[in-house]
Amino acid sequence: MTDVRIDDTRTGERAPRIGDSAPRPDGIPKVDGSFTFSSDLWHDRMIWGGTLRSPHPSARIRSIDIGPAIAVTGVHAVLTAADVPGNPNFGLEHVDQPVLASDVVRYEGEPVAIVAADHPEAVRLALEAIVVDYEVTPPLVDPALAESSDPIHPDGNLIRRIHLRHGDQDVVGDVIVEGTYEVGMQDQAFLGPESGLAVPAEDGGVELYIATQWLHADRDQVAACLGLAPELVRLTLSGVGGAFGAREDLSLHAHLCLLALRTRRPVKMVYSREESFHGHVHRHPARMWYRHHADRAGNLVRVEARLLLDGGAYASSSGAVIANATCFAGGPYRIPSADIDGVVVRTNNPPCGAMRGFGAVQTCIGHEAQMDRLAAALGMDPVELRLRNVLAPGDRLLTGQVITGTAPVAEVLRTCTDHPSAATLPDDTMSLPGGAGRTADPEHVHRGEAVALGFKNLMFSEGFDDFSSAICRLEAGVATITCACAEVGQGFVTLAQQITREVLGVDEVVLAPAATATVGSAGSTSASRQTWMSGGAVQAACEEVRVRLIARVADENGIDPDELVMVDGRVVSLAGDFEADLASVTAEAVEAEVEFRHAPTSPLDENGQGDAHVSFAFSAHRAIVDVDRDLGLVKVVELTTSQDVGRLLNPLQAIGQIEGGAAQGVGLAVMEEVQVLDGRIRNASFTDYLVPTALDMPPVEIAALIEQPEPGAPFGAKGIGEPPSISSTAAVVAAIRAATDLDLTHVPVRPTDIALAGA
Amino acid sequence: MTIARTLDDACAALAEHPDALLLAGGTDLMVGVNRGQVRFDHVVVLDRVDELRGWRRDGDELVLGAGLTYAEMGRGELPTLVPALAQAARTVGSPQIRNAGTLGGNIATSSPAGDTLPVLAALDATIVLRTSNGTRRLALDRFVTGVKQNALEPGELIEAVRVPVLDGPQEFLKVGTRNAMVISVASLALVVDGAGRNVRVGLGSVAPVPVRAVEAEAHIGGCIDWDAASVPDIAAVDRFAELVVEAAHPIDDHRGSAAYRNHAVGVLARRALLRAFPGSAP
Ligand SMILES: Cc1cc2nc3c(=O)[nH]c(=O)nc-3n(C[C@H](O)[C@H](O)[C@H](O)COP(=O)(O)OP(=O)(O)OC[C@H]3O[C@@H](n4cnc5c(N)ncnc54)[C@H](O)[C@@H]3O)c2cc1C
Repeated sequence: MTDVRIDDTRTGERAPRIGDSAPRPDGIPKVDGSFTFSSDLWHDRMIWGGTLRSPHPSARIRSIDIGPAIAVTGVHAVLTAADVPGNPNFGLEHVDQPVLASDVVRYEGEPVAIVAADHPEAVRLALEAIVVDYEVTPPLVDPALAESSDPIHPDGNLIRRIHLRHGDQDVVGDVIVEGTYEVGMQDQAFLGPESGLAVPAEDGGVELYIATQWLHADRDQVAACLGLAPELVRLTLSGVGGAFGAREDLSLHAHLCLLALRTRRPVKMVYSREESFHGHVHRHPARMWYRHHADRAGNLVRVEARLLLDGGAYASSSGAVIANATCFAGGPYRIPSADIDGVVVRTNNPPCGAMRGFGAVQTCIGHEAQMDRLAAALGMDPVELRLRNVLAPGDRLLTGQVITGTAPVAEVLRTCTDHPSAATLPDDTMSLPGGAGRTADPEHVHRGEAVALGFKNLMFSEGFDDFSSAICRLEAGVATITCACAEVGQGFVTLAQQITREVLGVDEVVLAPAATATVGSAGSTSASRQTWMSGGAVQAACEEVRVRLIARVADENGIDPDELVMVDGRVVSLAGDFEADLASVTAEAVEAEVEFRHAPTSPLDENGQGDAHVSFAFSAHRAIVDVDRDLGLVKVVELTTSQDVGRLLNPLQAIGQIEGGAAQGVGLAVMEEVQVLDGRIRNASFTDYLVPTALDMPPVEIAALIEQPEPGAPFGAKGIGEPPSISSTAAVVAAIRAATDLDLTHVPVRPTDIALAGA
Repeated sequence: MTIARTLDDACAALAEHPDALLLAGGTDLMVGVNRGQVRFDHVVVLDRVDELRGWRRDGDELVLGAGLTYAEMGRGELPTLVPALAQAARTVGSPQIRNAGTLGGNIATSSPAGDTLPVLAALDATIVLRTSNGTRRLALDRFVTGVKQNALEPGELIEAVRVPVLDGPQEFLKVGTRNAMVISVASLALVVDGAGRNVRVGLGSVAPVPVRAVEAEAHIGGCIDWDAASVPDIAAVDRFAELVVEAAHPIDDHRGSAAYRNHAVGVLARRALLRAFPGSAP
């Protein structure tokens, strides 16, 4: 683990500013159990809600009889699709998913009816009492057959195809390598299951306390389903127990509000762990075919790829995920010619959508495996091959877009590979592959090492009007920031304060609750965008307050405003002849509200070309693994990483993101897969959906955090949340290949893929 | 609910409520209760019954209380007296689970993946069962009758388990898809009885019940140079592994395929044997 020194003397004197390691206010409460998660919400008059879900991945609903459920003692309401007063469907990008299924169910676990009752036990009994007559139909479960099969949804089975063509289509390389890769369905596996509390309001509206990633997008979708004006649906962020993309779509939001409005009682709902696996989207499983062309010197000439993502039953953010997968399919390399056919389809499998890395994770597994194959075919060192081809500022992406910002790709790769390894040979059984199971002896262990490089876009793309709103109010020397940015663990809580202190020179900064009623949208906490977007909004709001305050003080004191500055809780003149205490000059409050936008982007044209993205972040990982080939068990020994961060705003938090993201990457490399058979999830529990334990997660050595300030970004900082989960998986899988000499085209790599490879 | 303080309390409560649920560490039971899968009218709580706690030596045997926790199996003298049990205990769950989970609970759950079961099978353990009318003893293979099924009668509880103290090496190996806190995909316990000059092998997660690799045991017993503590003919080790695989009857499930489980127990058999007889030619 990388040690971070929190400089107590400095933080003791003055609260942390930009560049300081500011500890999270919710850090200790989350460890000692005192943090209030959305599942801890309570209201004295509240009743409990629950959801009846389809047991079938595909069926027609002939009838639903709620009579026996209503008869259960303590039941207040049993609602079906017929009770949805507004739009029967919702969706992040495409409104295609029923609030409650009416005529058909399209995935196992799809909500069919909802219940509110006095007690969770009464809810359970009522759910069991609902009689649904299903006519089971054969599910469409093979994404490769989706386009040629009968549509399972009025919107068809093709969710989106992007056929990207870049450069001269007729070039052929001297050396050509081909490969097919498969990535399994990963779950975000957050610890806090979906939960919330809806309280009916006097004005006919509803207050919803919820753990989410984007309050305003939820509000608009919920309001449409309820048939209410958006102002009547008021959302407040509750304690979020992890998100990673799984809270971008609605889950129980509309259900809670429907029940609260119907019963006129506060209603609380908490998903069980098993239900949670059915209640949110997963990372898209991918099938990828690649063909790489290079000249004899190792310069990439052309990349061809066919990407097939399984979107599951509903669109969610599949359209944007396939755009990322397609645009970044080649990796952070200079590629003059490309033909990438990216397709995401609808099936009766669990819906897939956003997850940390968002399409770039899957393709990184593909392009990095290809780079290693190419290096082998060329007889070149894999790092040298990469260095020869890495993107640099001024280069073009596959979309034709020129990189105008920073792109320290070579630096990231070089620092990572040059970093000395601290890995030693395992000395006790526990640290061998198989760990506590005592299966391996040192002579059974083969060590492998490999490097991978990855990148993705920051913020929303393809012409989306992406903005964040923030209000800064400075009164009696205390700054209050109001912003609807959802804190899901990424660190806005400290950053908003650090930025405010930096701009206004104040110490005391209060962060108001994130809610829809008090401020405009902050956009989604996803796409590594909040530091830039909501950080930018906070910075701009504070700047505006500073300008207004200085103008006021200048005016009142007859001083040229250009002569005044704000430092450490005072307004002072440069000449030194004026000084006022901030608390006294802000006895009357100064307030500013801003909407912050990043530079506009454009849509992709019919060839997948266009300046569709704002900015890019790059990372490299080097993995060292020990493999027991006979049993196919893996121990990841060490991960070393370098990352392009633009500028480091909070080192402590950056390290947290980098380690946490790598843990998810290690999980995907060796164990995390939602196993779906005939449309059904076979491992919807933490007993069988395995995530890394402390024995599985190696120390993360941070070789370098490359600070090249990004133009246009607040303080030059790039988002850092996603890159750690992109190149880490590819590096671990490549290291396992190195240890075993096997192709290993399925990710996660399963014990049987290694142990029975020859069989 | 009865919170029993003595064995008699517990048996009396059970006599009165023969269908009562027994609660020890709760690490299996409460999972079912929380999922709404386990319904009950009465609960008899066992974790405060001193007579069920701990272990004692009785001649050449150990009497392990049903309330012995995994953490306790790894402490004090037990790891030297029954090393395979301590090794198996260390593979179970997390520290929290090892502090709460008990031997009796593992046996009564009778899961094919119960980690103490292959060890108890290899040791020819005897289960001591008690009702208010007295006790009876059953060999483990008579007790566990199927997947999560056993010979426990209404009104009966597990009081203890009797295992021999053997003089040879013991090994427990468990394959899982994670390096800790994982349900076994395949496991193997091998114990050596030097005085009796035999090797006994129990397998977990490869059949509905814990199995003994009887033919493999018979084969290898004759191939060991007991004085040198080695298997001189390495082909005999290969044959041993083959026979162990033949004793397994695994299924395909989401934790692993039958083919992988067969392969894995073969690997484990070989490794366990070579650890127990380190003088063997590689
Ligand atoms: C996170 C987690 C990880 C786990 N990991 C493992 C693992 O790695 N390996 C493994 O084998 N198991 C594992 N388990 C399962 C469980 O911990 C063990 O089976 C444990 O031994 C159960 O013991 P207990 O005392 O908690 O039993 P309880 O849950 O109290 O009871 C289990 C069953 O046994 C019955 N019972 C308990 N005591 C007696 C008695 N004296 N007489 C008769 N019946 C009795 C109960 O009525 C119940 O039916 C895990 C469980 C969890 C929750």
